[in-house]
Amino acid sequence: MNCMSCIEYIIVGVMIASAVLAVEWRDLLAAAVGMAAVSLFASLLFFMLQAPDVAMTEAAIGAALSGAVFIFAIKRTQRYETEEEEKPGWWVRW
Amino acid sequence: MLKRLLAITTLIIIGYWLAQGLAGVPFGQDRMLVGKYYLEHVVEQTGAVNAVTAVVVNYRGFDTLGEVTVLFIASTGVGALLWSRKKRRTARTEGSIVLTTGTRLLAPFVMLFGVYIFIHGHLTPGGGFPGGATIATAFLLLYMAFVTYEIPHRAFEKIEGAVGMTYVIVGLIGLAIGGYFLYDWIWQTWGWGHDNIGRLFSGGFIPIIYTIIGIKVGTELSGIIDNMIKEEVSK
Repeated sequence: MNCMSCIEYIIVGVMIASAVLAVEWRDLLAAAVGMAAVSLFASLLFFMLQAPDVAMTEAAIGAALSGAVFIFAIKRTQRYETEEEEKPGWWVRW
Repeated sequence: MLKRLLAITTLIIIGYWLAQGLAGVPFGQDRMLVGKYYLEHVVEQTGAVNAVTAVVVNYRGFDTLGEVTVLFIASTGVGALLWSRKKRRTARTEGSIVLTTGTRLLAPFVMLFGVYIFIHGHLTPGGGFPGGATIATAFLLLYMAFVTYEIPHRAFEKIEGAVGMTYVIVGLIGLAIGGYFLYDWIWQTWGWGHDNIGRLFSGGFIPIIYTIIGIKVGTELSGIIDNMIKEEVSK
Protein backbone atom coordinates (compact mmCIF):
# COMPACT_ATOMS: atom_id res chain seq x y z
CA MET A 1 0.00 0.00 0.00
CA ASN A 2 1.14 3.46 -0.74
CA CYS A 3 2.28 5.10 2.47
CA MET A 4 0.57 8.43 1.75
CA SER A 5 -2.78 6.67 1.76
CA CYS A 6 -1.75 4.86 5.00
CA ILE A 7 -1.48 8.26 6.66
CA GLU A 8 -4.82 9.30 5.25
CA TYR A 9 -6.48 6.18 6.65
CA ILE A 10 -4.87 6.82 10.05
CA ILE A 11 -6.14 10.41 10.03
CA VAL A 12 -9.66 9.28 9.12
CA GLY A 13 -9.53 6.73 11.94
CA VAL A 14 -8.43 9.35 14.47
CA MET A 15 -11.20 11.65 13.23
CA ILE A 16 -13.85 8.98 13.74
CA ALA A 17 -12.45 8.09 17.17
CA SER A 18 -12.42 11.70 18.37
CA ALA A 19 -15.93 12.30 16.96
CA VAL A 20 -17.27 9.28 18.89
CA LEU A 21 -15.45 10.41 22.02
CA ALA A 22 -16.82 13.95 21.63
CA VAL A 23 -20.34 12.52 21.65
CA GLU A 24 -19.73 10.05 24.46
CA TRP A 25 -17.80 12.12 26.97
CA ARG A 26 -19.85 13.48 29.86
CA ASP A 27 -17.33 16.24 30.50
CA LEU A 28 -18.41 18.91 28.04
CA LEU A 29 -15.04 20.65 28.10
CA ALA A 30 -13.36 17.45 26.93
CA ALA A 31 -16.12 17.01 24.35
CA ALA A 32 -15.44 20.48 22.95
CA VAL A 33 -11.74 19.63 22.71
CA GLY A 34 -12.65 16.40 20.91
CA MET A 35 -14.76 18.36 18.44
CA ALA A 36 -11.89 20.76 17.82
CA ALA A 37 -9.64 17.73 17.24
CA VAL A 38 -12.03 16.47 14.56
CA SER A 39 -11.71 19.83 12.80
CA LEU A 40 -7.94 19.86 13.16
CA PHE A 41 -7.52 16.42 11.61
CA ALA A 42 -10.07 17.31 8.92
CA SER A 43 -7.92 20.31 8.02
CA LEU A 44 -4.85 18.05 7.82
CA LEU A 45 -6.79 15.77 5.52
CA PHE A 46 -7.91 18.70 3.36
CA PHE A 47 -4.28 19.74 3.05
CA MET A 48 -3.23 16.27 1.98
CA LEU A 49 -6.06 16.14 -0.56
CA GLN A 50 -4.65 19.34 -2.13
CA ALA A 51 -7.22 21.83 -0.91
CA PRO A 52 -4.99 24.17 1.10
CA ASP A 53 -7.44 27.08 1.21
CA VAL A 54 -10.18 24.92 2.70
CA ALA A 55 -7.59 23.56 5.13
CA MET A 56 -6.72 27.07 6.29
CA THR A 57 -10.36 28.01 6.81
CA GLU A 58 -11.09 24.78 8.64
CA ALA A 59 -8.07 25.17 10.94
CA ALA A 60 -8.85 28.80 11.75
CA ILE A 61 -12.62 28.53 12.19
CA GLY A 62 -13.24 24.88 13.09
CA ALA A 63 -10.32 24.21 15.36
CA ALA A 64 -9.63 27.59 16.92
CA LEU A 65 -12.64 29.90 16.91
CA SER A 66 -15.59 27.53 17.28
CA GLY A 67 -13.75 25.57 19.99
CA ALA A 68 -13.15 28.83 21.85
CA VAL A 69 -16.81 29.84 21.48
CA PHE A 70 -17.93 26.44 22.82
CA ILE A 71 -15.57 26.75 25.79
CA PHE A 72 -16.93 30.23 26.60
CA ALA A 73 -20.47 28.83 26.46
CA ILE A 74 -19.50 25.97 28.81
CA LYS A 75 -17.95 28.49 31.18
CA ARG A 76 -21.24 30.39 31.31
CA THR A 77 -23.40 27.28 31.89
CA GLN A 78 -22.10 24.08 33.47
CA ARG A 79 -19.28 21.73 32.79
CA TYR A 80 -20.82 18.27 33.23
CA GLU A 81 -23.83 16.73 31.57
CA THR A 82 -26.53 15.92 34.08
CA GLU A 83 -27.18 12.24 34.64
CA GLU A 84 -30.99 12.44 34.65
CA GLU A 85 -32.65 10.06 32.23
CA GLU A 86 -34.25 12.15 29.54
CA LYS A 87 -37.56 11.06 28.12
CA PRO A 88 -37.57 10.78 24.37
CA GLY A 89 -39.21 13.63 22.54
CA TRP A 90 -42.48 13.54 20.68
CA TRP A 91 -40.77 12.58 17.44
CA VAL A 92 -39.71 9.23 18.95
CA ARG A 93 -42.81 8.54 21.05
CA TRP A 94 -45.08 8.85 18.03
CA MET B 1 -46.51 1.08 14.83
CA LEU B 2 -48.48 2.04 11.78
CA LYS B 3 -46.70 5.35 11.69
CA ARG B 4 -43.35 3.59 11.90
CA LEU B 5 -44.25 1.36 8.94
CA LEU B 6 -45.41 4.40 7.02
CA ALA B 7 -42.15 6.20 7.74
CA ILE B 8 -40.05 3.23 6.65
CA THR B 9 -42.06 2.85 3.43
CA THR B 10 -41.69 6.55 2.66
CA LEU B 11 -37.95 6.36 3.26
CA ILE B 12 -37.60 3.37 0.95
CA ILE B 13 -39.61 5.09 -1.79
CA ILE B 14 -37.58 8.30 -1.50
CA GLY B 15 -34.31 6.38 -1.46
CA TYR B 16 -35.29 4.34 -4.54
CA TRP B 17 -36.32 7.51 -6.34
CA LEU B 18 -33.02 9.25 -5.54
CA ALA B 19 -31.00 6.18 -6.56
CA GLN B 20 -32.88 6.00 -9.86
CA GLY B 21 -32.22 9.66 -10.47
CA LEU B 22 -28.53 9.35 -9.72
CA ALA B 23 -28.08 6.12 -11.68
CA GLY B 24 -28.08 7.99 -14.98
CA VAL B 25 -25.33 10.39 -13.96
CA PRO B 26 -21.86 9.16 -14.93
CA PHE B 27 -19.74 9.28 -11.81
CA GLY B 28 -16.12 10.34 -11.92
CA GLN B 29 -15.99 10.93 -15.65
CA ASP B 30 -14.56 14.04 -17.14
CA ARG B 31 -17.70 16.02 -17.77
CA MET B 32 -16.75 19.21 -15.95
CA LEU B 33 -17.68 21.66 -18.68
CA VAL B 34 -18.08 24.69 -16.42
CA GLY B 35 -14.91 23.88 -14.48
CA LYS B 36 -12.96 23.46 -17.69
CA TYR B 37 -14.26 26.77 -18.98
CA TYR B 38 -13.11 28.51 -15.79
CA LEU B 39 -9.66 26.89 -15.89
CA GLU B 40 -9.11 27.86 -19.52
CA HIS B 41 -10.34 31.45 -19.32
CA VAL B 42 -9.50 32.47 -15.78
CA VAL B 43 -6.28 34.37 -16.49
CA GLU B 44 -7.52 36.39 -19.45
CA GLN B 45 -10.90 37.16 -17.92
CA THR B 46 -9.97 37.94 -14.32
CA GLY B 47 -6.18 38.20 -14.15
CA ALA B 48 -6.02 35.93 -11.10
CA VAL B 49 -3.58 33.03 -11.00
CA ASN B 50 -5.55 31.29 -8.27
CA ALA B 51 -8.66 29.98 -9.99
CA VAL B 52 -10.51 29.28 -6.73
CA THR B 53 -10.55 32.90 -5.61
CA ALA B 54 -11.38 34.01 -9.15
CA VAL B 55 -14.49 31.83 -9.05
CA VAL B 56 -15.40 32.89 -5.50
CA VAL B 57 -14.96 36.64 -5.97
CA ASN B 58 -15.35 37.28 -9.66
CA TYR B 59 -17.64 34.72 -11.28
CA ARG B 60 -19.66 34.06 -8.14
CA GLY B 61 -19.23 37.43 -6.46
CA PHE B 62 -22.89 37.81 -5.63
CA ASP B 63 -22.88 34.55 -3.64
CA THR B 64 -19.91 35.83 -1.67
CA LEU B 65 -21.85 39.00 -0.85
CA GLY B 66 -24.59 36.69 0.44
CA GLU B 67 -22.09 34.77 2.60
CA VAL B 68 -20.80 38.00 4.10
CA THR B 69 -24.40 38.99 4.83
CA VAL B 70 -25.03 35.64 6.53
CA LEU B 71 -21.99 36.16 8.74
CA PHE B 72 -23.18 39.68 9.56
CA ILE B 73 -26.60 38.33 10.55
CA ALA B 74 -24.96 35.65 12.74
CA SER B 75 -22.83 38.27 14.47
CA THR B 76 -25.88 40.49 14.98
CA GLY B 77 -27.78 37.53 16.40
CA VAL B 78 -25.05 36.75 18.92
CA GLY B 79 -24.96 40.40 19.91
CA ALA B 80 -28.74 40.52 20.32
CA LEU B 81 -28.96 37.28 22.33
CA LEU B 82 -26.19 38.20 24.74
CA TRP B 83 -27.09 41.85 24.99
CA SER B 84 -27.20 43.54 28.35
CA ARG B 85 -26.60 47.03 29.59
CA LYS B 86 -23.71 46.34 31.90
CA LYS B 87 -21.22 43.91 30.49
CA ARG B 88 -17.72 43.72 31.70
CA ARG B 89 -14.86 41.31 31.68
CA THR B 90 -14.96 39.26 34.87
CA ALA B 91 -11.84 37.15 34.53
CA ARG B 92 -9.58 37.43 37.56
CA THR B 93 -6.64 35.15 36.94
CA GLU B 94 -4.06 36.58 34.61
CA GLY B 95 -2.80 34.23 31.93
CA SER B 96 0.30 32.21 32.66
CA ILE B 97 3.69 33.63 31.77
CA VAL B 98 3.97 31.35 28.77
CA LEU B 99 0.65 32.61 27.41
CA THR B 100 1.28 36.30 28.05
CA THR B 101 4.82 36.31 26.69
CA GLY B 102 3.83 34.20 23.72
CA THR B 103 0.91 36.49 22.98
CA ARG B 104 3.07 39.61 23.24
CA LEU B 105 5.48 38.13 20.75
CA LEU B 106 3.06 36.41 18.41
CA ALA B 107 -0.10 38.52 18.17
CA PRO B 108 1.31 41.11 15.71
CA PHE B 109 2.70 38.36 13.53
CA VAL B 110 -0.57 36.42 13.55
CA MET B 111 -2.37 39.59 12.44
CA LEU B 112 0.28 40.23 9.80
CA PHE B 113 -0.16 36.69 8.50
CA GLY B 114 -3.92 37.19 8.30
CA VAL B 115 -3.41 40.37 6.29
CA TYR B 116 -0.97 38.52 4.04
CA ILE B 117 -3.52 35.77 3.45
CA PHE B 118 -6.26 38.10 2.30
CA ILE B 119 -4.10 40.50 0.30
CA HIS B 120 -2.48 37.67 -1.65
CA GLY B 121 -5.80 35.89 -2.18
CA HIS B 122 -5.52 36.00 -5.97
CA LEU B 123 -2.01 34.52 -5.97
CA THR B 124 -1.74 31.97 -3.18
CA PRO B 125 -4.28 29.70 -1.46
CA GLY B 126 -6.40 31.59 1.00
CA GLY B 127 -8.59 34.60 0.80
CA GLY B 128 -10.78 36.84 2.86
CA PHE B 129 -12.46 34.29 5.08
CA PRO B 130 -9.35 32.45 6.36
CA GLY B 131 -7.49 35.75 6.66
CA GLY B 132 -10.23 37.35 8.71
CA ALA B 133 -10.51 34.26 10.91
CA THR B 134 -6.75 34.37 11.52
CA ILE B 135 -6.99 38.01 12.59
CA ALA B 136 -9.85 37.10 14.93
CA THR B 137 -7.64 34.35 16.39
CA ALA B 138 -5.05 37.00 17.26
CA PHE B 139 -7.73 38.96 19.15
CA LEU B 140 -8.79 35.74 20.88
CA LEU B 141 -5.18 35.29 22.05
CA LEU B 142 -5.16 38.86 23.41
CA TYR B 143 -8.46 38.24 25.22
CA MET B 144 -7.17 35.05 26.81
CA ALA B 145 -3.83 36.45 27.89
CA PHE B 146 -4.79 39.80 29.44
CA VAL B 147 -7.68 40.18 31.86
CA THR B 148 -8.49 43.79 31.07
CA TYR B 149 -8.08 43.74 27.30
CA GLU B 150 -11.03 44.79 25.16
CA ILE B 151 -11.27 45.49 21.48
CA PRO B 152 -11.90 49.14 20.52
CA HIS B 153 -15.65 48.75 20.05
CA ARG B 154 -16.54 52.02 18.36
CA ALA B 155 -13.77 51.79 15.80
CA PHE B 156 -14.59 48.16 15.06
CA GLU B 157 -18.30 48.82 14.56
CA LYS B 158 -17.60 51.77 12.28
CA ILE B 159 -15.01 49.85 10.27
CA GLU B 160 -17.39 46.91 9.90
CA GLY B 161 -20.22 49.03 8.60
CA ALA B 162 -18.05 51.12 6.29
CA VAL B 163 -16.39 48.04 4.82
CA GLY B 164 -19.72 46.31 4.22
CA MET B 165 -20.96 49.38 2.38
CA THR B 166 -17.75 49.53 0.35
CA TYR B 167 -18.40 46.03 -1.00
CA VAL B 168 -21.81 47.09 -2.30
CA ILE B 169 -20.36 50.35 -3.66
CA VAL B 170 -17.69 48.45 -5.60
CA GLY B 171 -20.46 46.30 -7.06
CA LEU B 172 -22.55 49.35 -7.93
CA ILE B 173 -19.61 51.03 -9.69
CA GLY B 174 -19.39 47.86 -11.76
CA LEU B 175 -23.12 48.15 -12.48
CA ALA B 176 -22.63 51.75 -13.65
CA ILE B 177 -19.60 51.00 -15.83
CA GLY B 178 -20.09 47.51 -17.18
CA GLY B 179 -23.79 46.86 -16.98
CA TYR B 180 -24.07 44.23 -14.26
CA PHE B 181 -23.56 44.08 -10.52
CA LEU B 182 -19.98 43.29 -9.43
CA TYR B 183 -18.59 43.79 -12.92
CA ASP B 184 -14.79 43.73 -12.77
CA TRP B 185 -14.22 47.31 -13.91
CA ILE B 186 -10.57 47.50 -12.83
CA TRP B 187 -9.51 44.57 -15.00
CA GLN B 188 -11.88 44.72 -17.94
CA THR B 189 -12.49 48.44 -18.46
CA TRP B 190 -9.41 50.11 -17.09
CA GLY B 191 -7.12 47.22 -17.95
CA TRP B 192 -4.84 47.62 -14.97
CA GLY B 193 -2.24 44.96 -14.32
CA HIS B 194 -2.42 43.16 -17.62
CA ASP B 195 1.36 43.05 -17.89
CA ASN B 196 2.15 41.70 -14.43
CA ILE B 197 -0.08 38.70 -14.02
CA GLY B 198 1.10 36.60 -11.13
CA ARG B 199 2.30 39.56 -9.06
CA LEU B 200 0.53 41.55 -6.41
CA PHE B 201 -0.87 44.35 -8.58
CA SER B 202 -3.06 42.27 -10.83
CA GLY B 203 -6.29 40.42 -10.61
CA GLY B 204 -8.65 43.34 -11.07
CA PHE B 205 -10.82 43.99 -8.06
CA ILE B 206 -10.12 40.61 -6.38
CA PRO B 207 -7.52 42.03 -3.92
CA ILE B 208 -9.83 44.94 -3.09
CA ILE B 209 -12.86 42.73 -2.49
CA TYR B 210 -10.80 40.28 -0.46
CA THR B 211 -9.35 43.07 1.67
CA ILE B 212 -12.91 44.20 2.33
CA ILE B 213 -14.05 40.67 3.18
CA GLY B 214 -11.01 40.02 5.37
CA ILE B 215 -11.50 43.17 7.45
CA LYS B 216 -15.23 42.49 7.75
CA VAL B 217 -14.82 38.85 8.81
CA GLY B 218 -12.05 39.75 11.24
CA THR B 219 -14.04 42.49 12.98
CA GLU B 220 -17.22 40.41 13.08
CA LEU B 221 -15.59 37.32 14.57
CA SER B 222 -13.74 39.50 17.09
CA GLY B 223 -17.10 41.00 18.02
CA ILE B 224 -18.57 37.51 18.51
CA ILE B 225 -15.64 36.57 20.76
CA ASP B 226 -16.07 39.80 22.70
CA ASN B 227 -19.80 39.14 23.16
CA MET B 228 -19.20 35.59 24.32
CA ILE B 229 -16.39 36.31 26.77
CA LYS B 230 -17.92 39.25 28.62
CA GLU B 231 -20.41 38.63 31.36
CA GLU B 232 -23.20 40.61 32.86
CA VAL B 233 -22.33 42.54 35.99
CA SER B 234 -25.25 43.02 38.35
CA LYS B 235 -24.60 45.98 40.56
